Amino acid sequence: MTAEASTREAYGNALVELGKRDPNIVVLDADLSPSTMTHFFAEAFPDRFFDCGLEEQNMIGIAAGLAASGKTVFASSFAIFASCRCFDQLRMCLSQMELNVKVVASHSGITVGEDGGSHHAVEDLALYCSLPGFTVVVPSDAVETAEAVKVAASTPGPFYVRLSRPRTPLVHSEGYHFTLGKAVVLRPGKDVTIMAIGVMVAKALEAAKVLAKEKIDCQVASMPTVKPLDEGFVLQAASDTGSIVVAEEHLAHGGLGSRVAQVVAREKPVPMCFVNLGDRYALSGKPEELLQTCGLTADSIAAAVRVVVQRK
Amino acid sequence: MITMTAAAGSGHPGGSLSAADIVAALYFKVMRHDPANPQWEDRDRFILSKGHSAPVLYAALAESGYFPTEQLSTLRKPGSCLQGHTDRNLTPGVEMTAGSLGMGLSFGIGVALAARLDHRGYRTYVLLGDGECQEGQTWEAALSAAQFKLDNLTAIVDYNEMQLSGWTREIMNLDPLDKKWQAFGWHTTDINGHDCDQILAALQEARSTRGKPTVIIAHTVKGKGVSFMENNVRFHGKAPTPEEAERALRELS
Repeated sequence: MTAEASTREAYGNALVELGKRDPNIVVLDADLSPSTMTHFFAEAFPDRFFDCGLEEQNMIGIAAGLAASGKTVFASSFAIFASCRCFDQLRMCLSQMELNVKVVASHSGITVGEDGGSHHAVEDLALYCSLPGFTVVVPSDAVETAEAVKVAASTPGPFYVRLSRPRTPLVHSEGYHFTLGKAVVLRPGKDVTIMAIGVMVAKALEAAKVLAKEKIDCQVASMPTVKPLDEGFVLQAASDTGSIVVAEEHLAHGGLGSRVAQVVAREKPVPMCFVNLGDRYALSGKPEELLQTCGLTADSIAAAVRVVVQRK
Repeated sequence: MITMTAAAGSGHPGGSLSAADIVAALYFKVMRHDPANPQWEDRDRFILSKGHSAPVLYAALAESGYFPTEQLSTLRKPGSCLQGHTDRNLTPGVEMTAGSLGMGLSFGIGVALAARLDHRGYRTYVLLGDGECQEGQTWEAALSAAQFKLDNLTAIVDYNEMQLSGWTREIMNLDPLDKKWQAFGWHTTDINGHDCDQILAALQEARSTRGKPTVIIAHTVKGKGVSFMENNVRFHGKAPTPEEAERALRELS
C-alpha cells in the first residue's frame, strides 16, 4: 500500500511556516477554513486572517485591495467556488491588475466525492489557464504542495494552486525540490510519455508498471505547472517517445490535455490520447468509485497507451 | 469631460458630470495626495468603482498634476494611458482597474484593511454608482466592511437615479437606499451631491465616525451642468457630437 497524505493539510502547515517568516503574508477564506486548512494560520496569526464569509466574489476583491497595498495574499475556498463563482473578479481584479494573490483551492475534481456534481470543480483549469498572467499549479502530492506553496509565496503575480479533498498517494520523498515551470520525470521510458497531474500521477505510475510487463516502456512525467507549460519538455517527449498520453481529473476541454496538444500540434505532431472526464459531469459517490466509473484509472491510462503506441 | 468624450467619440459623460463636484471636493479639498509621488504609501486612496466615469477621474488627476492636461484628448485612443475604463497599471494616480461593476467596494476594503495592518492613517474613499448598487457584490462588501468595523473607509454613492436604459426606480428600485445601508451596519448621510459645503461636511462626518464605515448618499443629477444632458439617459454611454460639445461648453462657461 502506497503511503498517503493530505495536500490541504500540507498547505495549512506550509502557510503557518510562511507566516512565521514573512509578516507581510495575509490569508483570506470564505467560511471554509476548517476544510481548506487555513485555520492553522488563523489560529497562529489571527490579525492577519480574514474570514470573508460566503462571499467569494468579495473575497477576491478584498485580496486585490490588500495586494495592491503591498501584501502577499493567500485566498482559499473549495475549487468550485474559487473558480466558477468569482471568475469575473479573478479576471479584472487579479489577471488584469496583475496582483500578487495566490488562490489556493482544495476539493478540486470529482474526488470531492459524495457531495456530487455541484461541488466537483472540473472546469477550473480551463478557466484559470485562460487568464493572462496567471500561474497554474497542480501539485501531485502533499510533499510537492508544501514546496509549491512556498514558491508561490516568493514569486510575484497571481497563482492558482489546485488541491484535493482526500488524502492522496505520495509520489515524492521528503527533500524533493519543486521547480516552477518544469515537468518532473518520475520514470524514464522510450515508447510513450504519460503526462499527468494531481491524483492521476500515481495512477500513471501504476499503469507504467502494468505496461512494462507487456514490453511497453513508458516515460511518466508529472506536470505540476500547467501554466506556463514546460513546452521544452513536451517537445522533447514528443521527439524521444513519439506518442503522448495526458491524464487529468478535469473535463476534456481547456486543461492540461488541451495545452499539451496545442504545443504538439504546433511544433511536433505525434499521436496523442487523453484520459479525462470527457464532456459530462459526475454524480455522488466515494472518490475511488467515481474515479472508477469515470474512467480515471490506471487501467484507462494503460488502454490509452496501447492505442497510442499502435498509431506511431 | 465634455471635450474628452467628444474627442474620443464615445464614453460616459452623464455619470462623469454627476460625480464632478464630489471628485473635485476629494482631490482639491480633502485628500492627502502627492501627484509627484503617486505611490506615496500614506496617500489617501480614491477608488472609482463606477469605472465608466473615468473622464471625471482623469480630469481631476490631470488638474492635480499627475500627467499633463494635453493627454486628456487621447482618451480611448490607441496607445493612450487613458483607457475607456480605468486601468491602474497604465495611468498614474489610478488606484484600481475598473469597468465590471460592483467590485470597487471590495477592493477598497482590502486597501482599508492594509492600512489597519500597517498602522497607517490614510483613508479610503470608494465612489459607487447607484445602478452599481444593483450588483450583489456591492452588498457582500457592505456586509464585510461593517463586520470588519472599517471606519477608515468611506463609500459615496453617486445617486443620479439613472442607469443605462432609464430611471433606476423603474428598472430595479433601490429606495430606500439609506435604510438598506443602515441595515447592513453603516453610518449613512444623505446630501446634495452638488453642494460643496454639504460634501465637505459629510466627508468630515465620515472621518469622525468611529467603529463603522460611512456611506454618503449623494443625490446628484446625471449630466449636471449641461441643460440638454441633465437627466437625459441618452448621455449615459454616448459622447456629445462636436456641435453638442460646443453648446455644452458655452453653457458651462
